[in-house]
Amino acid sequence: MSIIEQTVDEPIDGLVATPEFEAANEAQQRRRGFLMALPAFAYLILFFAVPLVIVIVYSFATRNRFGGTDLNGWNLESYRGLGDDLVRQILVRSVVLAAITTVICLLIAYPFAYYMSTRRPAVRNLMLVGVMIPFWTNFLVRNYAWYVILGTDGPFSQVTEFVGIGETRLLFTQTAVVMGLVYGFLPFMILPLYAAIERIDGRLLEASRDLYANGFQSFRHVLLPLSMPGVIAGSILVFIPSLGAYVTPEILGGAKTTLLGSYIVTQFLSARNMPFGASLSTVLMIVMLTATLVYFRKGGRTL
Amino acid sequence: MTSRKTHRWLAILAALTVLTAACGSDGDAAAESAAGDCEVGQTDGDLALYNWAEYIDPEHLDAFAAEFGISATMDTYESNEAMQPIVSAGQSGYDVIVPSDYMVGIMIDGGFIQPLNFDLLPNSSNISDDFASPSYDPDLEFSVPYQWGFTGLAVDTSVVGTDFPRSWDLVFGADAAAHSGQITLLNDPRETLGAALKSLGYSLNSTDQGELDEARDVIAASTDNLLAFNTDSADELLTSGESVIAHVYSGDAFTQFLETDDPSNYVFFVPEEGGTRWVDNMAIPFDAPHPCTAHTFINWLLDGEQGAALSNWNYYGTPNKASIDALDEELNEFLTSPDVLVGGIDSVESISDTGEFETNYADAFTEAKG
Amino acid sequence: MSGVITPRGASRTLLSINSLLVFLFFYAPIILLIIFSFSDNRNVGVWGGFTLDWYGEFADSQPTRKALWNSIQIAVASTIVSVVLGTLGALALERFTFRGKQVFDALLYLPIIIPDVTMAVMMLLFFAELAGVLGLSKGFATITLSHIAFSISFVSVVVRARIAGMDERLEEAAMDLYASRWQAFRYVTLPLIMPGILGGGLLALTLSLDDVVITQFVAGPGWTTLPVFVFGLIRKGVTPLINAVSVVMLLASMALVALSLFVQRVRTTDSA
Repeated sequence: MSIIEQTVDEPIDGLVATPEFEAANEAQQRRRGFLMALPAFAYLILFFAVPLVIVIVYSFATRNRFGGTDLNGWNLESYRGLGDDLVRQILVRSVVLAAITTVICLLIAYPFAYYMSTRRPAVRNLMLVGVMIPFWTNFLVRNYAWYVILGTDGPFSQVTEFVGIGETRLLFTQTAVVMGLVYGFLPFMILPLYAAIERIDGRLLEASRDLYANGFQSFRHVLLPLSMPGVIAGSILVFIPSLGAYVTPEILGGAKTTLLGSYIVTQFLSARNMPFGASLSTVLMIVMLTATLVYFRKGGRTL
Repeated sequence: MTSRKTHRWLAILAALTVLTAACGSDGDAAAESAAGDCEVGQTDGDLALYNWAEYIDPEHLDAFAAEFGISATMDTYESNEAMQPIVSAGQSGYDVIVPSDYMVGIMIDGGFIQPLNFDLLPNSSNISDDFASPSYDPDLEFSVPYQWGFTGLAVDTSVVGTDFPRSWDLVFGADAAAHSGQITLLNDPRETLGAALKSLGYSLNSTDQGELDEARDVIAASTDNLLAFNTDSADELLTSGESVIAHVYSGDAFTQFLETDDPSNYVFFVPEEGGTRWVDNMAIPFDAPHPCTAHTFINWLLDGEQGAALSNWNYYGTPNKASIDALDEELNEFLTSPDVLVGGIDSVESISDTGEFETNYADAFTEAKG
Repeated sequence: MSGVITPRGASRTLLSINSLLVFLFFYAPIILLIIFSFSDNRNVGVWGGFTLDWYGEFADSQPTRKALWNSIQIAVASTIVSVVLGTLGALALERFTFRGKQVFDALLYLPIIIPDVTMAVMMLLFFAELAGVLGLSKGFATITLSHIAFSISFVSVVVRARIAGMDERLEEAAMDLYASRWQAFRYVTLPLIMPGILGGGLLALTLSLDDVVITQFVAGPGWTTLPVFVFGLIRKGVTPLINAVSVVMLLASMALVALSLFVQRVRTTDSA
């Protein structure tokens, strides 16, 4: 790849744009942007936003005696149920678990993605694919593999016994759940981080070192701010699915406590209480969407 | 910047969805069997079966297809709760489904399955009297039994010994503490609350909030002794030694015991206070594309020989009295052993839908876990 | 571009150790999974002696092979479409302002945020209604349409993380040098955002290959995918047959990767 000189950030003089030219250019840019967004935009409206209206409508409906949903007598009953103590407990527990998972993923993935970015392009691609290959096996089979590893007689316990800590059974503990979630969502952190770090111009880091920044300072003031879009995107891609995960907590955690994901599944399936499931999802989406947009804006400013 | 045009567009689309959703939901109930014009053994297209996994040998299904000169596909589900919304929404494309007892009741009430035409099911005379008038479909108008079993406790006697009470106290009472951390309960609100209700001497279909609260407290008090709430691997956890007492379905326990080196180390029983007898049934969705084929398939499986082949493959109980003589001996022994049903046939109940009270069960189970 | 500089000394050692540990973490369960695909016991986790029976059963088991083939078709189709749409969307959002941009931005996050089961139920009801209107029967089309709906978002998030803060003047420079808009995109923008596209595509492929709930709810007769098939087995116990299927998939994908790397190498040596 050819090296293109980084230009100095100042207006290019000699080019004087007339207001008419600017306006026409801007209109053209807008049209072009709209056309580029159009396929995905139209697709998501038709195959996501329209179906989503069903969820919102159902959230104001009433569960009938047979577990069906009566589409009349609209009410806010299912939204009132959200104020329950039980719901709050589940929410707090799930948010804490998802936050722990996200932080651990970030701590593991950042140095990994950075290291990956320093390799030759061929090695980088190999590492990238190497990260994804385990995930082309079946999701349940992976979970059951951890189930075996963390069991009383599993390899993990044998290792701890060998080094003298004694037999450990992590299966059916919260630690096992966090581990399973980290395993499942780590690639979601690595991919955007790698995409963000790899494009950073190494000479900026060199420059900071030339200006007597130590390793930590140049990480803190150069690398981290420049890779912030990746950190934010990765955190969102890990935090949100962890919040809704339910298969991993059930298999590895033994379903001993209820988390948000399984609570929502229970409402839609076992309790056949679609209105409550729908209102729970609607509120969750509004809160998370607001948080995501705010988070991105804030992240965008630090660039 | 958001344009007003986009807003208007979205609003129109939204209105359209609401309209179609509202129209669709009232035209569902098909009260009459769509198989009025079929004849016995007639087919009107290929069979699409929606069944639990590992519940029929694929080759067995192929034999049916070959005999009638059609093709048969099977897709599988892992719970009644996942199957029901898929079928109820309509356009599922399935001809025959296999819902459990309480789910048959729910699907009848919702108009999601159609009445069967018994003129097309001459083999229905093979159904044992035990299964002829279930609470969820008293005159067998909408369903015929497929397979059945119990829910109870499985115990590793090499650890627990054989001298223990055949009672729910083993998991809920003071005895449970002796095996703390080695007990699993089913991760299912109705089954597990049902067990607790039974241990208290109540019906497992109780709709009394006071009784349900007591049952919830029983479970909450026992969670410290639990290894896990687990439905799918409870049998494997037992035989691998992770647990020593497991709340399980009989068929799962029985087949799992046979996988071990010495099946005599394990016992399964329904505690004396009683437990669940579950029955899975064949039914036809309200909008099944091929109702004649569906009836032909159901009638074919109700044949004595086919019923025995079914049970000898999946190792669950058969409701077919013409099949019993052809069952494998060890299966028959297990099904009829007096040690299994400690409290007798009157102690067991089928789970039935409790209507509005169903959400109370879901909530109580969530609360019990804390 | 010169890329990130290589660290030196202790930090370098620490970084490589971390990477090694990450790979160990990723592959430990995979190694276990491979081992048990040769185990002569129905229960994964109980070693029952060496056997190749599960591979034989895979070769014989028509439902398993059908499920695998269904999964592959859906994954490939949904990945291709979502990569194109997601990348275009990401470029539009990062590089342009246009009418409805904020609505689009918000809409793109929703498929990531929505709980699985909620999306499953809503797509189920949506397609049940649509079937009457369009004559669309449940199967390949409904599953692929649903997978694209959530994959677009994941692709665009990863691609945006790549584009954000990238220097726009590179393309301007190309156009100053008389490259057409298309040429500037093809020879400057596209290569620059390629790691993002590759990552997004891998993510989309993985998500499609792993999805259970949404697929189960929008599938029709004969369209059980591998994860749905395996999820069905969960009640009776997942057998090493599924491990064997996983191993076959691993080998096939590794072969594909090796092939593409080989092709890449041939091409780069040719052009050099």
